Amino acid sequence: MSIFIPIIPEFFIFLSAVTLLVVGLFVKNIKLIINLSILALLIAIVLVFIQSIQTVFNNSLVIDEFSKVIKLLILMGSLSAIVMYHSSRKDLNIDLFEFPILILLATIGMMIMVSANDLIAIFIGLELQSLTLYVLAALNRNHLSSSEAGLKYFLLGALSSGLLLFGLSYIYGFTGNTNLNLISTTVTSGNIGLIIGIVFVCSGIAFKVSAVPFHMWTPDVYEGAPTPVTAFFALAPKVAALALAVRFLVVGFGDISFDWQQIIIFLSLASMIFAAFAAIAQKNIKRLMAYSSIGHVGYALIGLACGTAQGISSLIIYLTIYLAMNIGVFAFILSMKNKGDYFENISDLAGLYKTHPYYSLLITIFMFSLAGIPPLAGFFGKFYIFIAAIESNLMLLAIVGILASVISAFYYLRVIKVIYFDENKNSFEGFNSRSLNILINPSAFLILAFCVYPVPLIAISNYAASSFF
Amino acid sequence: MSTLPILSIIIFLPFLGVLLLSIINSSSENGQRNLKQTALWVTCLNFIVSIILLINFDKSNPDFQFVEKYYWLSSGISYHLGIDGISILLIILTTFLMPFCILASFESIKTSLKEYLIAFLILETLMIGVFCSLDLVLFYLFFEGGLIPMFLIIGIWGGERRVYSTFKFFLYTLAGSVLMLLAIIAIYMKTGTTDITYLLNYDLEPSLQYIFWLAFFASFAVKIPMWPVHTWLPDAHVEAPTAGSVILAGVLLKMAGYGFIRFSLGMFPIASSYFAPFIFTLSIIAIIYASLVALVQKDMKKLIAYSSVAHMGFVTLGIFTFSLQGIEGAMIQMISHGIVSAALFLCVGVVYDRIHTREIDRYGGLVNRMPIYAFAFMVFIMGSIGLPGTSGFVGEFLVLMSLFSINTYFAVFATTGVVLAAAYSLWLYRKVIFGSLIKDDLQDIMDLTYREMIILFPLVFLTIFFGFYPQPLIDIMEPSTTQLISNIADDLTLVMPSTIERGVY
Repeated sequence: MSIFIPIIPEFFIFLSAVTLLVVGLFVKNIKLIINLSILALLIAIVLVFIQSIQTVFNNSLVIDEFSKVIKLLILMGSLSAIVMYHSSRKDLNIDLFEFPILILLATIGMMIMVSANDLIAIFIGLELQSLTLYVLAALNRNHLSSSEAGLKYFLLGALSSGLLLFGLSYIYGFTGNTNLNLISTTVTSGNIGLIIGIVFVCSGIAFKVSAVPFHMWTPDVYEGAPTPVTAFFALAPKVAALALAVRFLVVGFGDISFDWQQIIIFLSLASMIFAAFAAIAQKNIKRLMAYSSIGHVGYALIGLACGTAQGISSLIIYLTIYLAMNIGVFAFILSMKNKGDYFENISDLAGLYKTHPYYSLLITIFMFSLAGIPPLAGFFGKFYIFIAAIESNLMLLAIVGILASVISAFYYLRVIKVIYFDENKNSFEGFNSRSLNILINPSAFLILAFCVYPVPLIAISNYAASSFF
Repeated sequence: MSTLPILSIIIFLPFLGVLLLSIINSSSENGQRNLKQTALWVTCLNFIVSIILLINFDKSNPDFQFVEKYYWLSSGISYHLGIDGISILLIILTTFLMPFCILASFESIKTSLKEYLIAFLILETLMIGVFCSLDLVLFYLFFEGGLIPMFLIIGIWGGERRVYSTFKFFLYTLAGSVLMLLAIIAIYMKTGTTDITYLLNYDLEPSLQYIFWLAFFASFAVKIPMWPVHTWLPDAHVEAPTAGSVILAGVLLKMAGYGFIRFSLGMFPIASSYFAPFIFTLSIIAIIYASLVALVQKDMKKLIAYSSVAHMGFVTLGIFTFSLQGIEGAMIQMISHGIVSAALFLCVGVVYDRIHTREIDRYGGLVNRMPIYAFAFMVFIMGSIGLPGTSGFVGEFLVLMSLFSINTYFAVFATTGVVLAAAYSLWLYRKVIFGSLIKDDLQDIMDLTYREMIILFPLVFLTIFFGFYPQPLIDIMEPSTTQLISNIADDLTLVMPSTIERGVY
């Protein structure tokens, strides 16, 4: 047993998941399962805090500052997804005790991805996460669009996993190692075989983070999957996959950053530009958030493309703020419900501020923050990203990114326009949900308060980035 | 006084007002009245505080005063406030105009009064913050943050085409400003700090100055606005509620003028001198073109909006003459325009509240029923023309004089703008006020109420007072302006003597 001590958070979640699976079979009380899995995640958060920094299993898993911080973000994302599920499970007809357990299993996968320092560990973590996500997407199996989303995600996801594995095999073939630290000692610049491997791995990762041109699944899956699942997709897996990309590229191939930098730059440019234009025409708010997340991944990738301490640190700041904004927005989307029916069209929000002035104000804050308008947190996320880009002389990325943010401001403003400037149509009762308020209010508070007291987050992200440099 | 963080108090007092407003129950008649009273008292109190600031202000000191500095984002990016003779005038202009805006909204805003007042107080916080910031990032924060309340003010309480106008306003200004953000980051990378007091004395190499100057120019040119990026202004003005137009013309445009003086001139003097002929050309086009366009307007607010473009053209002309008279003239022009055009928008608001139209053709002969209104309107029209004896004259005269000493042709063209201003202003006045009162709906229009007199007469007084006696303004800004000009002259002679020959000198 003692060999599991270093990875006790993962191990603990695993034990909880298995236990809850058995308990769930006999006890028909879903609320209990939900509460216990929330408790398990909370305990895991504490365990991550007290975990000591070390490498385990022959250096195939690394517990360092970076992985600890990212794991906390992932756990927060999973926690929020379970809370969102709790608030909506009855009305969405997905009253299944498996949901929180699947989230727990996916969380383990993501935590392994974040710690993985070995090609095999990377793949195991990624697959553990992906398989549960396929199931989650299709969870509402009586619903056509949910099944379609699940199938689509599975087919494309399996393809991308194949690409990734193919790339990993190339890298193993040309370096003779599976450990990232050992790989980094043998890599040389301009090795074509190695570059092919990196390209394939990057494509696989780009699929997981839904960067253009591997984004096609995102809008359909986001729209089709039940909203708590969509929220989960937008929160935790993106953070995990980006963290995986950071460790893979910076630790394994930090010395030949020139070779992979242009791939990331391309992905980033394409995502920012594509998302800014494609989102303009969206009518469904979940699709809008899908394109928005594509755009935000584009900005986060700028931080990775820099490959510097400042770049990674800004990436972590960006991801944290992105997480807070998305938790708020998805909790808000789940609140758009009346007499058990959920509304997903932006036009359904018309005149909301007459009936719900407080929540209109909050969604306005989220939207302005997503658009990156100061003094909200979203602005600082972009600000640090651009600092990193200019420091690394990536002027093109900075200029395109900042212009794309102006274009994307348009569609965020459109949501505000519908809420404030249009005539009233609906009134929602979902805003009375206590569990959703637990998510909306603190995330709005964080977004507002960041400009007053930014020091802690900056310190944490610098601390995390310090593990690579 | 020195221990009290008076600048922070001025900035965040309106924000406290917001918190106060948000807990007032607005459903009852009483609640509505409480809202109005609270907002009015908060803005008045802030004006009083700014007067205290003025009393304590050391006029002979050209440096930044009341400095506050706290650690914020990093050691180079701090919460750094301070004012000098240039910014204090604009702060007082802001705090002075705010109570009038609140007063002017008492009758005209029917829906969501609470949110409206909150938006205005947040806007006040951000506007004052712009003029107090001594850190580029902090400045950008306040500068851009102002878009949020203004977007909502135009969009919610505006006229028929409000959605189009407010989107245009937001996206134009945002697009202009983001390049400035990149320049700010690049400056931070280059120097390790965004502290304005440090950067004002830092000699950037000329090649970088050109790039940074253009990035800052993009932002300020949209905001001030200069031809050809002025098109958002008429739309925004026409659709905004009266008080929104007042703030837009009175203060928001001044942010850009202030930005030109503080950043373009102060931090990039070489680039400024290099690009001065470019600015002159654009300004003169703006003055003549906007005046001609103003001549054919059918909408009162649109006419005044175009006159704003022309007047701000004089401001940019004055700033880029690099002379004491020119910059002081530009400053006086800004303050005068802040008073006069704000007052003109208030005047339009007065008749709009009665007849609900801004079309010039729907009016005529108002002098028969509204003599007091006709008098006040006349003073402001004269101020807008720049008649001697009004504040508008002093600014335009100083600008034109300093421009004349640099380049006669520019001065000649710019002066035609004054003639055209007389043409469109008098035309507006004749159409609205004179003639016989034949329109049916004007037959029993009422003259100014006491509330409206309280709004308009202080502005009438100031327009005339500064027209005869602008000395107090000059006294306050002279030391800081002199220092700015000597800094520029040092930079120009020391770093690149050749630019002086190429430039305007």
